[in-house]
Amino acid sequence: MNLHEYQARDILRKHGIPVPPGEVATTPAEARAIAERFGGKVVVKAQVHAGGRGKAGGVKLADGADAAKAAASAILGMTIKGLTVHKVLVVPAAEIVSESYVGIIVDRASQRPVLIVSAAGGIDIEEVAAKTPEQLHRLAVDPRYGLLPHQALALGFALYRDVKQARAAADIMQKLYGVVYAVGASLAEINPLVTTPDGSVQALDAKISIDDNELERRPEIAALRDVSAEAPEEVAAREAGLTFIKLDGDVGCCVNGAGLAMATMDLVKYYGGQPANFLDIGGSSNPQKVVAALRIMTSDPRVKVILFNIFGGITRGDDVANGIVQATHAFPLKVPIVIRLTGTNEKEGIAILERAGFKALTDMDEAVKQAVA
Amino acid sequence: MSVFIDKSTRLVIQGITGRDGSFHAKQMMEYGTNVVAGVTPGKGGQTFEGAVPVFNTVAEAVHATEANTSVIYVPAAVAASAIFEAADSGIELIICITEGIPVLDMTRALPFVHERGAHLIGPNCPGLISPGQSKVGIIPGNICTPGKIGVVSRSGTLTYEIVHQLSTHGMGQSTCVGIGGDPLIGTNFVHCLSAFEADPETAAIVMIGEIGGTDEQQAAEFVKEKVKKPVVGFIAGQTAPPGRRMGHAGAIISGSSGTAAEKMAALAKAGISVMKRPADVVPLLKERL
Repeated sequence: MNLHEYQARDILRKHGIPVPPGEVATTPAEARAIAERFGGKVVVKAQVHAGGRGKAGGVKLADGADAAKAAASAILGMTIKGLTVHKVLVVPAAEIVSESYVGIIVDRASQRPVLIVSAAGGIDIEEVAAKTPEQLHRLAVDPRYGLLPHQALALGFALYRDVKQARAAADIMQKLYGVVYAVGASLAEINPLVTTPDGSVQALDAKISIDDNELERRPEIAALRDVSAEAPEEVAAREAGLTFIKLDGDVGCCVNGAGLAMATMDLVKYYGGQPANFLDIGGSSNPQKVVAALRIMTSDPRVKVILFNIFGGITRGDDVANGIVQATHAFPLKVPIVIRLTGTNEKEGIAILERAGFKALTDMDEAVKQAVA
Repeated sequence: MSVFIDKSTRLVIQGITGRDGSFHAKQMMEYGTNVVAGVTPGKGGQTFEGAVPVFNTVAEAVHATEANTSVIYVPAAVAASAIFEAADSGIELIICITEGIPVLDMTRALPFVHERGAHLIGPNCPGLISPGQSKVGIIPGNICTPGKIGVVSRSGTLTYEIVHQLSTHGMGQSTCVGIGGDPLIGTNFVHCLSAFEADPETAAIVMIGEIGGTDEQQAAEFVKEKVKKPVVGFIAGQTAPPGRRMGHAGAIISGSSGTAAEKMAALAKAGISVMKRPADVVPLLKERL
């Protein structure tokens, strides 16, 4: 789960990291009032779960309250990478001397949280990694001891020559490491970490992604989810216990298991089709999940055919078949459906489908070929 | 022969009285796995299915039954704790089936397992099976047949698909290992390839990878340098868009790394025969054997 910038800034502030002021507005009038309180120039920033906000016109500098109102009315309601902007963050325009990057991710190779810092901040860090990797400093932190003071200070000196600023940065890094474990983050980054004319070091922009597996035990973090900022069909899928990702094609795919789901999408493409989605109904078999899956796929007008690929293990073929039949009683399918069903309770499942007038195949290649034909 | 588990495996099931644990305990017992103990705190002294003693702790189970392998079916919130407990109790091989363990929990559990000299398979994996000898986890026994192909995979049902192809074409398996779809896992491709290379009864290896991370690239390097047996590989996620997590927490393309194309090229460069689709596994193996 991604947090908005303003939510991430609040978390950093609560953990003692210096963050400049800023307030959220949902209407141009609110943005105007906030800008008036701050006085002077402000920056109005779209709060949306997509990168490249600036390039898309979602970040505007505004000189005064009226300009802030105009900027907010331009940004609110705009669409960035398919997501509608419902909130803006209004912050005083800061005078900036330097911009750096500080981030922590869980690294699969070292199996540790890795702190990444760079004096080249304010831009896409993956671009820095690709073009000038020597400007990145990485440290795999031993989770048994945490980020040690001397390690943080060494990285602080990688950003700043001034000892006061290096210490301030080191302090921020240690606090950011604390944030990761406190909120269950898979990524926490400050970009840019800035220095101001008075020499202070501040977190100007922040991004935090939460490991979805942490949400059950952290209700206060789960409550930060902004459903209005997510694609509606993905919200519906999550609430039904499905994993769904929308793609650009027209073959709706419904599969049990993530690996087989990916392989099915690949096979659709292999035979000349384009998958409309990734959809994993998961391991436990529940006819209601299948009904929900069909409801989501049939509500997409681009879907021209629906392909089921079920290899029963924990998932039972009869449960999937019952789900398909129940769905046809609840709403029209509108498009042809191709079903491949094998594994646990294959015979029972195929019998249920045939009684309801469906055909079922047992071979994956045959089913995909039929679906894309 | 086989790798990791065989007839000498003495299994303790953590979470044996739970919904998933009890179901799969019965399946494993029917398959012939030597299930010597179960653990559910508070249910010590009971007997599962009239045959398996239940203990309150793994340490008690190990003391009483000399269990050497454990399989974990407990809920995600307590699964890391179950891994710590197994490693602390002298279990040599821990297989964690549980899905949904927070990654930060694993950053602490993995070094602990390593320090105690134990090995972890998973988490979020289907476990493993040495057909005809022992099954630990949830892989359906009826799709496997004994034979000489070693299978290692990051996925569950995709493994079933490929094993099914092998079995229906008369190619039995020495051991099938599901290493799990999480970003932080205890056993990787290289560990499994190394075990299969050393196993005299394994004649060829099938590795099933997917997008995300660089495990497959490291495996390719290892195959090039250390593996003499034929290897056939598959990578799932050729149509996956960057930046989106494809179900498995580990299956995400970040930046330009971890793509299927990159992994398939690395496999091919190492002399691994690369499948374009699951049905290619049998013809490619036949070419190499």
